Amino acid sequence: MAIKEYTSVVEVAGPLMIVEGVEGIMYGEVVEIETGKGEIRHGQVLDAMETRAVVQVFEGTSDLDTKSTKARFLGETMKLGVSTSMLGRVFDGAGRPRDGKGEIIPEKRLDINGYPMNPSAREFPREFIQTGMSTIDGMNTLVRGQKLPIFSGSGLPHNELAAQIARQARVLGKGEDFVVIFAAMGITAEEAHFFRSDFERTGALERIVMFLNLADDPAVERIITPRLALTTAEYFAYEKDLHVLVIFTDVTNYANALREISAARNEVPGRRGYPGYMYTDLAMSYERAGRVIGKKGTITQIPILTMPDDDITHPIPDLTGYITEGQIVLGRPLHMRGVYPPVDVLPCLSRLMNQGIGKERTREDHKDVASQMYALYAEGRDLRDLVAVVGEEALSERDRKVLQFADAFEDEFTRQDYNDDRTIEYTLSTAWRLMSILEKEELTKIGRDAIEKYYPKPEDRWKQKEEGEGLAYHGVTGDIAMKDVDEL
Amino acid sequence: MGKIIRIAGPLVEANGMRGNRMYEVVKVGDEGLIGEIIRLIGDTASIQVYEETSGLKPGEPVEGTGHSLSVELGPGILKSIYDGIQRPLELIKKESGTYITRGISVPAIDKSKKWKFVPEVKEGEKVTGGDVIGTIQETKVVENRVMVPVGMQGSIENINEGSFRVRDTVCVIKDDKGKLHDVSSMQIWPVRKSRPFKEKLPPELPLVTGQRIFDMFFPLAKGGTAAIPGPFGAGKTVSQHQLAKWCDAKVIVYVGCGERGNEMTEVLEEFPHLIDPHTDLPLMERTTMIANTSNMPVAAREASVYTGVTLAEYFRDMGYDSAMMADSTSRWAESMREISGRLEEMPGEEGYPAYLASRIAEFYERAGRVKILGSGDRVSSVSLIGAVSPPGGDFSEPVTQNTLRVTRVFWALDARLAHRRHFPSINWMTSYSLYNQLPAWFSMQKGTKNWSKIRTEAMSILQKEAELQEIVQLVGPDALAPKERLMLEVARLIREAFLQQNAFADVDSYCPPKKQYMMLSTVLEFRKKAESALERGMDMEDMLTEEIVIEEAGEKKKIRRPHKYLEAMLRLKESPLEEEMSRLKEPEKVKLKLEGAVDNITKEMDKVLGK
Repeated sequence: MAIKEYTSVVEVAGPLMIVEGVEGIMYGEVVEIETGKGEIRHGQVLDAMETRAVVQVFEGTSDLDTKSTKARFLGETMKLGVSTSMLGRVFDGAGRPRDGKGEIIPEKRLDINGYPMNPSAREFPREFIQTGMSTIDGMNTLVRGQKLPIFSGSGLPHNELAAQIARQARVLGKGEDFVVIFAAMGITAEEAHFFRSDFERTGALERIVMFLNLADDPAVERIITPRLALTTAEYFAYEKDLHVLVIFTDVTNYANALREISAARNEVPGRRGYPGYMYTDLAMSYERAGRVIGKKGTITQIPILTMPDDDITHPIPDLTGYITEGQIVLGRPLHMRGVYPPVDVLPCLSRLMNQGIGKERTREDHKDVASQMYALYAEGRDLRDLVAVVGEEALSERDRKVLQFADAFEDEFTRQDYNDDRTIEYTLSTAWRLMSILEKEELTKIGRDAIEKYYPKPEDRWKQKEEGEGLAYHGVTGDIAMKDVDEL
Repeated sequence: MGKIIRIAGPLVEANGMRGNRMYEVVKVGDEGLIGEIIRLIGDTASIQVYEETSGLKPGEPVEGTGHSLSVELGPGILKSIYDGIQRPLELIKKESGTYITRGISVPAIDKSKKWKFVPEVKEGEKVTGGDVIGTIQETKVVENRVMVPVGMQGSIENINEGSFRVRDTVCVIKDDKGKLHDVSSMQIWPVRKSRPFKEKLPPELPLVTGQRIFDMFFPLAKGGTAAIPGPFGAGKTVSQHQLAKWCDAKVIVYVGCGERGNEMTEVLEEFPHLIDPHTDLPLMERTTMIANTSNMPVAAREASVYTGVTLAEYFRDMGYDSAMMADSTSRWAESMREISGRLEEMPGEEGYPAYLASRIAEFYERAGRVKILGSGDRVSSVSLIGAVSPPGGDFSEPVTQNTLRVTRVFWALDARLAHRRHFPSINWMTSYSLYNQLPAWFSMQKGTKNWSKIRTEAMSILQKEAELQEIVQLVGPDALAPKERLMLEVARLIREAFLQQNAFADVDSYCPPKKQYMMLSTVLEFRKKAESALERGMDMEDMLTEEIVIEEAGEKKKIRRPHKYLEAMLRLKESPLEEEMSRLKEPEKVKLKLEGAVDNITKEMDKVLGK
């Protein structure tokens, strides 16, 4: 392919540079830009015309001029060199080594945009991933090949949760570990350091590839960071037969970078100034999760995004929710009450849960238990509002128990320690213990057989705790709640 | 031959295009990517390209094909899965593997497969456009009816029985001027043009879906239109899947427009194994799918709904009731917005093009119950059900509003219900159906004379519940009269045991209309009995907490609370007959069981009163 060099830059505006007098420029072609001082930057063609090309410059346009800047069109679309030696390495948002260990020797060069996966080549994801978190495993189960984002807000512990999932995620009985691809977009150095040291602490670093675009790195570079991460993930999953977990943080910064470029191009804005094609753009990344018929490897995605002002209807979480297979939502009230992880289960959802659980996958009662817990907790939350108005005395005995269930649910089921890796059995038996605050007849969503089998006998109720399965954290309030029930 | 002068995303501009027509399909670039002309100025054409455009260069050729975006209609459509421009995904997979690469050209229907053709008319017979000249058993369920092409008229010169490929001549027709026309079992039709019919008729029959909230409260008619708007996670896709699985249309066209890849995979894996209650054969035998997932090119997404509705019309013209589900029409509207934005058109509301409303109206108007072309008065229908994904769940946005203006049924999904796992999370207070007064709806259900009465009664109970709930919120449940508390309890039964339906449980996924009727009338019967017990002096507290003993299958059982017992009966969890009662079988037994339950409860209540 012919490399063409031009010095005919006519306009520099925001992240864009316009070159005139060009010929035969491809849409999406990679451009190498040399500033007057000899510094090299990179860009990509966004609009290709007969004699004019609009180039988005990844490293920012400061110091570019319309006189001495050279633009070299490299004659190919953007590619990433991949190799297994990427494991354990840290790259910047544009794929250059950031850890001072030198360039990798690529085994293959892959187009970073990839191609859309043929729906009839997909295999439906149904392998349960045990994350060790009760609210996820028990009620919003993650399966291999799923894309399940964490919707959070500023100041909430989404990083801790993501790190804990990355550390604990495993498939039951298979002992296969995940390769983790971590893509940071516009996060602070402090946050990046948190992930890095957490991975180091647990010795997981050699099965992790990190792409870091920090807050002070060029914003436009963020546009390619997730694409690099996913290209790497596809290489590991479909060519090296590994199971890959991709963590993005923070998608909000990515979307803002997208808006910046759109605004610079004078495009007609959609909601809140985000471009009309943001849905398609996000889908191009999210849809790269999945499983493929005949391939052993899988790609599971956990994108993290902070909802501006905790608003789930903001375009970023909204469009994400329409593409991903569910969402884990963190709630500020829970966090304020000191519950970690502050997963507010009511707006959470895992669309692939039903196929990943049940007999032979987790346990036959799993589905019914989850929906019973949902119904009771939702009712309990409503009753809390009612109590605030009319006081607890006005409630019936049953309603009071439901209220108690909701409190115990948050304290014993939702709450768990940062290092607490719970088995699915532990999660389910905790669920049964909490549900036994209510009488058998109240558990209308569970089959009679399961109730006979799992509903704890009064004398067994404390047993699970004494055995100390897992490292469950038992809040003081939780214990008091249980005693109250026993006395009743 | 034109030449590319500009590429911006899915939009390509080319000059030297004088003579090419609006909406003509063109081959773009050296790889021959498929595109469609959407604007012409002088000799410059704007082209929306149905494939990824990275790597295209100005100067590459653009070539017109002379025809508009069309679909091939013939045997072989059913059981297939297509992309937005009717390319079979299975063939693309064979050609390019896991990913859909560019410039792939595959035939929409297999041209080499031989089908057994059986003539229905004799030589010399007079025929006109739309008449059936013969049949091909396309799948076990659907017989493809080979029709005289639209606009042709004359007498049969020659017709043969035997095995033919889709492009082979099966029949020769001599028109009035003596000219001979070859007719094959395949036709080509432009997707943006609706297929003609004689006359549109008002819908008369219900489209039975087996979903209690739809059939009982907000029915859809065959030939009707429905919109399902809802925020993410409220269950649009599951509802659409349920309709595709269980509704009693003869042919289903399922369009996954800009949605998740895994959802299409789910349908692909599931449908061949699910058995259609109306035919006892796999559901796949009557289904065709169009999958243009969110990561596939945006322009093809725009075309996919038209491709889908044209296929549905084709089956309608054979005399079948067909139904098309589009999930989601918002993605279709967004693709219009994206293309419009690239064309730098003046935007209307929220950046959508000003013609959004008319495009949506045109699309839904392709539904309907019609007298089809050809001799005789044959009537069939296309029903359209569109999911809408309003941003932030806000129904005031343009796509939802423009859709509601033209659809006759509104199934409003509610995130609050979904959060508490009330599925299907259709809000019964805000949804509506303009078809619930169809006379045929009542007469066709034998033994269910007072259908409309119990429906009205149940709705008014739910209405009343909403009012009572407000009072409870203010002053607590104690302030209510016993009768009102009973009403709340009955409303809860209707909501939890009747309206909730488990799409993933075999017994519950499809509920025959008769069983629906029995379930609801049982709840109302219970209310009547309980009210009369209250009037005769029974204490409300007793009624809700008293232990009663009932006899079931010769065994004495203690039941803690009558209403809980009834609830369990309705859910069929308590029932030893559970397996027998699976899906379709014997709603009569359900009836006996439920009547027995109410009887038992009544007896016990009488006993308590007698004490």
